[in-house]
Amino acid sequence: MLLEIKDLSVEVEGKEVLHNINLEIDHGETHILFGKNGSGKTSLLMAIMGISGYKITKGSIFFKGVDITHLPINERAKMGIGMSFQRPPTISGVKTRDLIEKINNNGKSTEDIAESLDVAEFLDRDINLGFSGGEIKKSELLQLVAQNSDLILLDEPESGVDLENIKVIGNVIKNLLQKHLRRQRVRAGLVITHTGLILNYLEADRGHMLLDGGIRCEGNPREMFEAIRNFGYEECARCQR
Amino acid sequence: MSEIKEKAEAAAAADKKALYGTDIDLSGFKRDAPVHDYDPEMSGFSEEERKNFAEVGIVTSGEERSGSFLLMDHSPVHCSISQEGVELLSMADALERYDGLKDYWWKAVDVETDKYTARAEMDFNNGYFVRVKAGVKATFPIQACLYIGEEGIAQNVHNVIIAEEGSELHLITGCTTAPRLGRGLHIGVSEIYIKKGATLTSTMIHNWGEDVEVRPRTVVMVEEGATFMSNYVCMRSVKSVQMYPIVRLLGKDAVARLNTILVATKGSEMDVGGSVSLEAPGTRAEVISRTISAGGGIIARGRLVGHKPGVKAHLECNGLMLSEEGYIRAIPELDGRVAGVEMSHEAAVGKISQEQIEYLMARGLDEEAATALIVRGFLNVEMEGLPEELQREIDRIISESEESIL
Ligand SMILES: Nc1ncnc2c1ncn2[C@@H]1O[C@H](COP(=O)(O)OP(=O)(O)O)[C@@H](O)[C@H]1O
Ligand SMILES: [Mg+2]
Repeated sequence: MLLEIKDLSVEVEGKEVLHNINLEIDHGETHILFGKNGSGKTSLLMAIMGISGYKITKGSIFFKGVDITHLPINERAKMGIGMSFQRPPTISGVKTRDLIEKINNNGKSTEDIAESLDVAEFLDRDINLGFSGGEIKKSELLQLVAQNSDLILLDEPESGVDLENIKVIGNVIKNLLQKHLRRQRVRAGLVITHTGLILNYLEADRGHMLLDGGIRCEGNPREMFEAIRNFGYEECARCQR
Repeated sequence: MSEIKEKAEAAAAADKKALYGTDIDLSGFKRDAPVHDYDPEMSGFSEEERKNFAEVGIVTSGEERSGSFLLMDHSPVHCSISQEGVELLSMADALERYDGLKDYWWKAVDVETDKYTARAEMDFNNGYFVRVKAGVKATFPIQACLYIGEEGIAQNVHNVIIAEEGSELHLITGCTTAPRLGRGLHIGVSEIYIKKGATLTSTMIHNWGEDVEVRPRTVVMVEEGATFMSNYVCMRSVKSVQMYPIVRLLGKDAVARLNTILVATKGSEMDVGGSVSLEAPGTRAEVISRTISAGGGIIARGRLVGHKPGVKAHLECNGLMLSEEGYIRAIPELDGRVAGVEMSHEAAVGKISQEQIEYLMARGLDEEAATALIVRGFLNVEMEGLPEELQREIDRIISESEESIL
């Protein structure tokens, strides 16, 4: 098993936002996380990444068989966890290129990676400074492609992206998750989506729906998305159980 | 006795304190210094000294410089020029040659400003005089090094810089001390005249010792269509530096841009600012400072005075606290004297955001590397007109001071 989350509870600002989460992701699998605003999706990704402020009060996280529950963020990254943030901070004065060169683990040059995403011009801009919503998503993916992680956490990668660019982003994610490979595929993903648009680009293996901080439904992601779209989150939670 | 001398004596007698900064007892410093020989090749320096010079932008080879001047204690030990149309003299020589430089000497700076200007007049040691002739564009910068080698002395300097109409010049002033120097005092009066359509870029790098007190007094007069750009960098320890250069945009469409980078380590007190007075229509100014306290104290001042409708100016004071000790006080001031001025400011003091650090850590950087990258970005102000090698030097100083402050 690549990622195992066992009975995890997480507190933010003194309030428990995730309760007793259990989730397993194996090599090569793509999982989708559904849930309405404030249901705890971002918190789950942040807790997996180890971001402070998302305090684990109970349970544990295993990655590649190692207990990472209390590991520093950079060590999780080094072990192969990569994340695209929903709202990443701006870092003024630091060129995107400077960061990518430091983290590039891809085998290809920084320039080539940026070219392949058609975002060469990002390299000479300060990290996230003045980026539009769509540009931020692309810049996050650019960093992830350079990082070459084994588990990719994507927090709403298509929110705020126009229709033309959804296609670009969808294909980048497809590549990132090695969808072109079959048996040899090792990369895994955990993807948050509201729009479901990303589902058109990824054969996702499993869906999970968060409601009020708990996983309330699991199953085929396309079926779940249809159910949520037609009947809403609460109804979806009821029908499956 | 001349009127100037009288005023100086009066201000000195009254022990007239500076508007800002801690007060210094001037009697605690030696007035006399040994006389040093002229050094035509700037060759009489140890490797350690040359390294000190390089850190403040002074290259002893003189390569890629249009001229070089070096004041050691009170002696002008070197003065050479290789650019047609640019004059570089020791101040004493210039006063003699131009009969006291009556149109410029104490015409921008008021000798009665405080006891430091008074002292600079009464105990004038020397300084440099630079004049670029009309229309001349100097290929390379002129470098001037002010160096204190003798323990416990006061160095009182008075400089005059004139950029005639349509000329262009980059002046690098590097200030440093002998390795392991203890106490010292530097007073530096600079009167800068930038005439119609001329451009002067002044880059000043300070690397004094931890027990040296520094009181520069600068006024810049900028005429119509002229541009003044100033880059001031002080990232090494100093006991105290207090300066508040005043830039007067006197002619239509004159422009000023002041960049300041300060890093105060423990024991250093820096009270540094700049005031730009927009006195003519169409004038513009930008005053930007990035300051870091790594245990030391910083007061970052900035002041814009708008006298004419339609003038535009912006002030930015950003401070980063890297230590539990120390302080940063940002004091931006906007003074609009008529309706229709467009002036704004932005000031922020804080510590490095945990969110930024963790974002970079999620990319695999350890905490130290993440912090270093953010600090470097913070100090990365675009300083226009810098020669590439000087920009590299500043980058290097930044990365070195990063190591010492983190
Ligand atoms: N920094 C924070 N401070 C206070 N409450 C927070 C913070 N971050 C998240 N929360 C709360 O935690 C809950 C889950 O939020 P989040 O994980 O961002 O949800 P989602 O990503 O599903 O929209 C919400 O109630 C939200 O208000
Ligand atoms: Mg969210």
